[in-house]
Amino acid sequence: MDWVNAVVQGVLLGGFYALLATGLSLMFGVMRLVNLAQGDLTILAAFLSLSLIEATGVGPFVSLAVVVPLMMVGGYALQRGLLNRTLDQGVMPPILVTFGLAVVLQNVLLSLYSADSQGIDAGSAEGASIAITNQLSIGVLPLATLVIAVVIIVGLQAMLGRTQLGRSLRATADDREAALLTGIDHRHVYAVATAIAMGTVAIAGVLLGIRTTFGPFDGPVRLIFAFEAVVIGGLGSLWGTLVGGIILGVSLTIGNQINPAYQVLAGHVVFLIVLAFRPNGLFARKGREA
Amino acid sequence: MSAIAAAASDPAFRVLRGTRQSRIALGGAIALVAILATLPGWGDSGQLKVLVEFFTLLAMAQMWNLLAGYAGLVSIGQQAFIGLGAYGFFVAVDRLGMPIVPAVVVTAVACGGVALVTSLFAFRLRGGYFAIGTWVIAEVFRIVVSNTRELGAGTGVTIQTAVRMVPADRQALTYWLALTVGAGSIVVAAFIMRSRLGLALQAVRDNEVAARSLGVDVYRAKLAIYLVAAVGCAAAGAVIYLQLLRIQPNAAFGVDWTAKMIFIVIIGGLGRIEGPVIGTIVFFTLQESLADYGSLYLIILGLVAITITVVAPQGIWGTVTRYRPMALFGIQRRLVLEPVHPPGDPHGDDG
Amino acid sequence: MTLLELDAISSYYGDLQALFGISLDVVEGETAAIIGSNGAGKSTLLRVVAGLTEARAGDIRFDGASIRRVAPHLRVGMGISLVPEGRRVFPSLTVEENLRIGTYRGRQGPWDLAAVYELFPILRERAGRSGAVLSGGEQQALAIGRALMANPRLLLLDEVSLGLAPVIVKQLYEALPSITAQGATILLVEQSVDQALAAADRVYCLLEGRISLTGLPAELTRAQITTAYFGLD
Repeated sequence: MDWVNAVVQGVLLGGFYALLATGLSLMFGVMRLVNLAQGDLTILAAFLSLSLIEATGVGPFVSLAVVVPLMMVGGYALQRGLLNRTLDQGVMPPILVTFGLAVVLQNVLLSLYSADSQGIDAGSAEGASIAITNQLSIGVLPLATLVIAVVIIVGLQAMLGRTQLGRSLRATADDREAALLTGIDHRHVYAVATAIAMGTVAIAGVLLGIRTTFGPFDGPVRLIFAFEAVVIGGLGSLWGTLVGGIILGVSLTIGNQINPAYQVLAGHVVFLIVLAFRPNGLFARKGREA
Repeated sequence: MSAIAAAASDPAFRVLRGTRQSRIALGGAIALVAILATLPGWGDSGQLKVLVEFFTLLAMAQMWNLLAGYAGLVSIGQQAFIGLGAYGFFVAVDRLGMPIVPAVVVTAVACGGVALVTSLFAFRLRGGYFAIGTWVIAEVFRIVVSNTRELGAGTGVTIQTAVRMVPADRQALTYWLALTVGAGSIVVAAFIMRSRLGLALQAVRDNEVAARSLGVDVYRAKLAIYLVAAVGCAAAGAVIYLQLLRIQPNAAFGVDWTAKMIFIVIIGGLGRIEGPVIGTIVFFTLQESLADYGSLYLIILGLVAITITVVAPQGIWGTVTRYRPMALFGIQRRLVLEPVHPPGDPHGDDG
Repeated sequence: MTLLELDAISSYYGDLQALFGISLDVVEGETAAIIGSNGAGKSTLLRVVAGLTEARAGDIRFDGASIRRVAPHLRVGMGISLVPEGRRVFPSLTVEENLRIGTYRGRQGPWDLAAVYELFPILRERAGRSGAVLSGGEQQALAIGRALMANPRLLLLDEVSLGLAPVIVKQLYEALPSITAQGATILLVEQSVDQALAAADRVYCLLEGRISLTGLPAELTRAQITTAYFGLD
């Protein structure tokens, strides 16, 4: 029964990783930009929520009402003001700038908050769980996280497939100049994509803060998980990212069953195996290779 | 030779690499290295320490410059080889009883072998994903080492052989090794850039598809650089920890190493040899003057790197040479056409 | 009434000058054609009008107002739509989505999905298919339809006939009168001289970045055109 439990917990964990990875996947899909600051932005969101909670006493889910718009506006400004400038100069500048951004964020958070690990208190929601059988119970929060991840991905797919905004994102990703001729301002469109990505990052960050302790330097680890989920699932596919996240989550929980010390390593190993045999991931879209 | 035949034959040409400037610079550099080599005789221990740090950092920056500037491979996982170099060196001297200098060489070469294996995974990715992939690989090594009791697990190990040496001897040896690694990295980089491999990589950098169609084996060219960079970083790692004596997995495999390499190369200038040299000097100066400011120093460094990438992507050296073209290292190839003498000309060829 | 006016436009392709002081105007409601051999600067001219290429000297006036500083996506909103060389339909979008994205700027007018489907029935048949799997002629129709969805006052057509069989080209050109009938003005660039002369009310010939000939098709002789086209003199 331990193994079944491990798998179930892994699927739930996978929902969280998928949420972490959604922003990364979206930004790459629209503008082929790999945001190396993704993990640190998630931690930033957690800290913003924490500060808001400590200042106003609201609950973490209420804090989302402020943190999400804040991060979205920040994301729009970041893309429009800085990242757009890196997109025409080849592959390297976006990597270097987002890497620099990651370092700056980590140290800004360090100076503002100290190196101590913090946590967001979600009260009774944290420990609550639903008992399925005698040996298997599902945490309310992990379940909610998975549900939120699925809802967000469904929503994003719908937006991409059915709205004019979504069409403009896909068109710009296809052919920026032709999109210009249709009246689409790619600078704006890219910034909207980043804003949406930052919205998901905000949600992921707050949930992260609730489920685990976090410190200023915990970003990179999240970036690596997000990245692995995206690559396993296949670039350019949001559903692939969900599946990739779940595969990753299950790898970790099963790895934990085998040997807790190697839990994280299990995830890396699975990633490397997928990379060796299916380098384009499991659901890669054509033309969106790594 | 008839007039038609003479006109139809190709003009003779030579390919020159050095310039007067570069020859002067080369002479100066050799003199400088000679002087620096004597430092253990008259410098103090503090100076030696700083220079060891300088030369090893310079070597790592040259390696990153080769990777990113020449092979177009942006790696944020070079710390894998620094850590492997450190631990490999420890195993070689403390467990296998090798003398120091051969241990460094063997370790570096062995890490090249490891790089051959990791390339099988890393090279399946491109661009930003390659970058993170190299980081994942470094993390794998970190975790494995952190959980290996024989290597001290999370607490780390001390290089006993080095501790037992006479401090002055150890310092001098470390310094000379650092000087060799630092100067060696420049020599290796120059050698590569002047070779056919360097020419092939420049072609790939300009237009990979065109280069491939001309028969350039892109994969092997990039792999060669990846291996060289691994060997170089491993050698640097061994020397760094010969000085530090104590190896801890989180520090040895920390991404900070790569962050420093990146900042140095961006600030100094990508793709040329002079860039990392200037970058290391600037980085060191910044480090000394901002050392007291802790995280503020890294924030400033990060902001400077971002600004330079956006505003002056060529770095300091690149921007300077845009206005006043210079090359201190004779890398650029120039085509020099020999004059063709018409037949009947007393100075020309007979026949 | 002059809709478009180019006033001594000079433009560059990198460091190379492509257009040397071009002046021309297009009257509202007419179909004007620009002919010329490869490299004459025809596409550059259209790109300058659309805003993709910068005019380093001279001015462009649309409906009397200078648009030289107006960004390309905003020109679409003003009523200038370019159907680019090579079609460039969006492969990730279906035929219908390609048309729908044409309404991005929200300009009102006679052209909507139904009207475009009526003009090019083949598009209705292919509505759900990806833009990438269409034939060359279908893609060209789609590209034109996409531009029409923006209800342009000035429709720019760049080398419609490129790479297409003459039969298909003829069908596409047969659609042009319906477009002008609805009020649009057309400025087209064409390699095929015959097609251009047949479709246009006025013709300009471009030679190495300069206008070498201008006139009404009926009045121009073969000899004049050949000289202006090839620059034999």
